[in-house]
Amino acid sequence: MKPRFLTGLLSLLMPAMVLAGEYDLTVDRVKIDTGDFVKEGIGYNGASPGPVMRFKEGETVRINVTNNLDEMTSIHWHGLILPFNQDGVPGISFPGIKPGETFTYEFPIQQAGTYWFHSHSGFQEPDGAYGAIVIEPEGREPFRYDREYVVQLTDKHPHSGDRIMRNLKMMPDYYNREQQTVGEFFSDVSENGLMNTVRDRMAWGDMRMMKADVEDVHGFTGLINGKGPDQNWTGLFEPGERIRLRFINSSAMTYFDIRIPGLDMTVVQADGNNVQPVSVDEFRIGVAETYDVIVRPKDEQAYTIFAESMGRSGYARATLAPEKGMEAAVPQLREPARLTMADMGGMPGMDHGSMAGMDHGGMDMGSSEDMSGMDHSSMEGMDHSNMDSMDHSNMEGMDHGSMTMGKEDKSDPFYAKGSGLMPKAANGGKFLSYADLKAQDPLYEDREPTREIELRLTGNMERYTWSINGVKYEDADPIRLKYGERVRFKFVNETMMTHPMHLHGMWSILDVGAGQWNPIKHTINVNPGTTVYMETEVDEPGQWAFHCHLSYHAAAGMFRKVIVEGGPDSTQAKTDAIAEDGGEV
Amino acid sequence: MSCIRSLVAVSLIASVGFSTAVTAQEMISDTTARKQPLTTWGVQFEEFEYRYSDDDEELGVWNADAFYGTDDFKVRLLTTGEYEIEEQAYETLENQLVGQIPISKFFDAKAGVRFDTPEGPDRTYAVLGVAGLAPQWFEVDANLYVSDEGETSAELDAEYELLLTNYWILAATLDATVAFSEDREIGVGKGLVSTEAGLRLRYDLVDRAFSPYVGVVHEQKYGDTADFAETGGGSTEDWFAVIGARIAF
Repeated sequence: MKPRFLTGLLSLLMPAMVLAGEYDLTVDRVKIDTGDFVKEGIGYNGASPGPVMRFKEGETVRINVTNNLDEMTSIHWHGLILPFNQDGVPGISFPGIKPGETFTYEFPIQQAGTYWFHSHSGFQEPDGAYGAIVIEPEGREPFRYDREYVVQLTDKHPHSGDRIMRNLKMMPDYYNREQQTVGEFFSDVSENGLMNTVRDRMAWGDMRMMKADVEDVHGFTGLINGKGPDQNWTGLFEPGERIRLRFINSSAMTYFDIRIPGLDMTVVQADGNNVQPVSVDEFRIGVAETYDVIVRPKDEQAYTIFAESMGRSGYARATLAPEKGMEAAVPQLREPARLTMADMGGMPGMDHGSMAGMDHGGMDMGSSEDMSGMDHSSMEGMDHSNMDSMDHSNMEGMDHGSMTMGKEDKSDPFYAKGSGLMPKAANGGKFLSYADLKAQDPLYEDREPTREIELRLTGNMERYTWSINGVKYEDADPIRLKYGERVRFKFVNETMMTHPMHLHGMWSILDVGAGQWNPIKHTINVNPGTTVYMETEVDEPGQWAFHCHLSYHAAAGMFRKVIVEGGPDSTQAKTDAIAEDGGEV
Repeated sequence: MSCIRSLVAVSLIASVGFSTAVTAQEMISDTTARKQPLTTWGVQFEEFEYRYSDDDEELGVWNADAFYGTDDFKVRLLTTGEYEIEEQAYETLENQLVGQIPISKFFDAKAGVRFDTPEGPDRTYAVLGVAGLAPQWFEVDANLYVSDEGETSAELDAEYELLLTNYWILAATLDATVAFSEDREIGVGKGLVSTEAGLRLRYDLVDRAFSPYVGVVHEQKYGDTADFAETGGGSTEDWFAVIGARIAF
């Protein structure tokens, strides 16, 4: 205790010398009012979401977290690069924060951008324990804006996390209210004919899989910055201003398709890292991802930020307006999403032949599409050499050529071909794809990976078990990496659900086929029936969590511990260096 | 100033010492709940109803189960009973306690004991069964029983749910019992003993926790069992109108 007291004293005496920002957070029981319902939950500094933590790149932060709950808690700084014992995962980084205890996190801020923080204990995060992090960069940013807002989404449910988990275990379709009905059978019959419809239902019934199994948990109210659709969070602007919107998806389970009717959005950052600007009409934000977009409303009118859940079971809504109280039309939810056989493509041991025969006519897939959705070479097909030769200063030009495939049929190579989840912009325009994301300024030199690790994403919806390579966390050995290697992870999604995979502590370099311009992320969506590659420069010693960020999938076993063996002469060298830096200023 | 310098030095040394302490306790092993098998529980009344027969017979009927356990092993208590309201007697009263383990992607095996304590003679059975989801969404529960009298019998339950909408659900059930040997004392003849078929229309009023329903149930006894029933002055075929609720918590 004494050393900490002294350091604390010192920082009071000479803030400039230590260069540490001191922050306080309390973890509290709070009331969450969504406009639809009021619910007991967990928050920070008396509210959910917690405060926006504003850090500066280069500073060392000290964050005193006081646990006012009657249970253990923790805070994980999602996406931040820090010593592993500051990462906030109980059982992996540290033991956790006991009731009544104050734990002081201390780590250097070595990055800039939009991130978030949340509890990593039990279901405290779905219960409300989350907040935003904004890190101001040391240097200039490659884009301009006049004002900024955090737009933090969540899927607030009237049930507690524990209850949702138990209900899903008892009845996996407990919350699903978009299942196929008799009415849908008849409308399919009139559209596709009786035999096709019967054959379709039989094929899915044979697998005991539901086409409607897009979102496990329906019945939530989408919140933006803690406000429900009727409470309508509003960000003000002066016409002509550039507004930077920092979208963060802090949902437990829900992907959102986001658009602002009437405004173009320029995506400038993904998961805190600058990307080459892409202009889009709509984008899908996976659970735990962040996207920074710039919009420039020119007219003296209100605009609706509309975030529909991927399965269309709910939505969040907010407004950008020149004055408080102004609002724009709120669009209708689109039709519920339906999986197709293409999304089942990753499942082992299935008779693909008969499935291919099955799908035509019956589905809305169109005759040209077939089971080649499983042909992942299409992803590889985005010729790397082609990309490298492109002139990156010309961003407008980026989209063309490289993405010919994507442009022609507007299909996204990160979805199985013919997937029922294939995103489409509501206005028929451009929908952001992972394939559009190119690093603005590569963080790492491109090099050959030293090895590949295959991670099959596996599960059983009927039992609500989720696992990696068929093994749940409770039975799994850690993944062992060696400091200094560059590992290529191959995610093979063998389930019918989308999994946002999050590796703690080290960057995930998503392979979009752009070589050194591959974007740097912390969370990688792996859609059903697809294979996605990411590479990681193993540059942080210690042990880290690696898991699906859907709360109930992680809790059901889709989780691993990663151990990084070896390291620069231990963490101590690093600590020394930091201390010296601080001392010299 | 030098005083401050030394203070800096002290605190630097101290903080280095502190972080070394932290790194020394690094690589803790995960003993949190996350690393333990997830334990869960549930209680469900598939049927909880009032029956009124075409013979003006009135019954209170339930069919429920409760479980506790992990993905790999669950303990399940199943209880079902038919209470004759006028005669204030249990026509049937069965309680089963079984252990349940997964044996395939969609099926579990069960083993345990069943106690029948209705009005009249009691029976204890050993139970061996499988339960799960068959292709085309049929919930199936098949059990083999050996009684303390040495008689064997089998029971097959199947249920299918038709979603008229996502809240109005029509559930069809079929329950058939076969005896491989006669147990005259409890009125069971060899062969097909009885069937119970039901059709219930429910509405999910509160999540899936409380769903009131109305329906019809048909009960039929066959062969020797029917003869025993007739001899005893009972009926061999009944139609019931039912009203009740499906409850889960």
